[in-house]
Amino acid sequence: MHELSLSSAIVNTAAKHAGGRRVLVVNLRVGRLRQVVPDTLDFYFQFVARGTVCEAARLEQEVIPARLRCRGCAHEWAIEIPAFRCPACAGGDVAIASGDEFEVESLEIEAEEAECIAPR
Amino acid sequence: MHRTKVRVVADALDANNTIAAANRADFDRAGVRVVNFMSAPGAGKTTLLERVVADLPGVRVGVLEGDVQGSMDADRLAGLHVPVVQLNTDGGFGGECHLDANMVRSAIPALPLDDIDLLIVENVGNLVCPAEFRIGEDARVMVSAVTEGEDKPLKYPLMFRACELVLVNKIDLLPHLDVDLNHLLYNIDQVHPDVPRIVLSARTGEGIDAWRNWLTRIGAREEAVV
Repeated sequence: MHELSLSSAIVNTAAKHAGGRRVLVVNLRVGRLRQVVPDTLDFYFQFVARGTVCEAARLEQEVIPARLRCRGCAHEWAIEIPAFRCPACAGGDVAIASGDEFEVESLEIEAEEAECIAPR
Repeated sequence: MHRTKVRVVADALDANNTIAAANRADFDRAGVRVVNFMSAPGAGKTTLLERVVADLPGVRVGVLEGDVQGSMDADRLAGLHVPVVQLNTDGGFGGECHLDANMVRSAIPALPLDDIDLLIVENVGNLVCPAEFRIGEDARVMVSAVTEGEDKPLKYPLMFRACELVLVNKIDLLPHLDVDLNHLLYNIDQVHPDVPRIVLSARTGEGIDAWRNWLTRIGAREEAVV
């Protein structure tokens, strides 16, 4: 159900930037820490997009690995499991360097003319 | 057909965050502090509120009850003579599993903001979605009942990180469970290092004073300490 809520947020964001034009592709950056299941998000996205400018659009998801940085000792490391204490100094003041993204990076939209980037 | 690429680079939750900021501005104007109270279904949120809301020294409390359906929780709290507003989410698609900023915004006209110092928003029971949606709160509190097991912080790290206080509830049941409290606390610390925690039992009252004090300090605009 998490992915359903997030799908609506993606469609709304895309619609806001599409200016009424039909969206063909939504390029999304999703950090590993967002606990998003890509297939599930894709499934709900197709569903929620019906009747909007995103109808039948493709959702391209770039998964961003999780990296943390210790503010105490500046150690930086990648995590696969949710352990946020610094393995070098055991400090708890840790910043997320990457992995909490959930952003619409760009849209590919139907255009009348110019700025053509699609293969002919 | 031509296609053109439009660069966006927007957090997909920006729309929610914008409304949350508007809520926060309204609450600030009214001098009301807001706590977003979250947990899995059945962790004891309503009972933990029943224990304290009528008895916060110098702090007038109101409650916004979020549920998919029904007003059972709101009815329980209304019996304590605190203002309670019910917000049902079943008008949304299939019944929303969380409160978002817009739902809370829709409830603001019904809230007696001039008569309260602290608004506690009891979110829909769910360990996932509520963690994603800010509602304009000052602080987020989550409840983890020991009956849920030691592994929940590792399975739902988003929720355990999206809070400023963790209440570990139902410790009176520990003698009957194969759950190691220290292991649960260790896992919480792994996922959210140094997050303040209160270990308590809504049933026996153990630890409830610390919870009451925390809420009182938030409501009185003092820095909350555990």
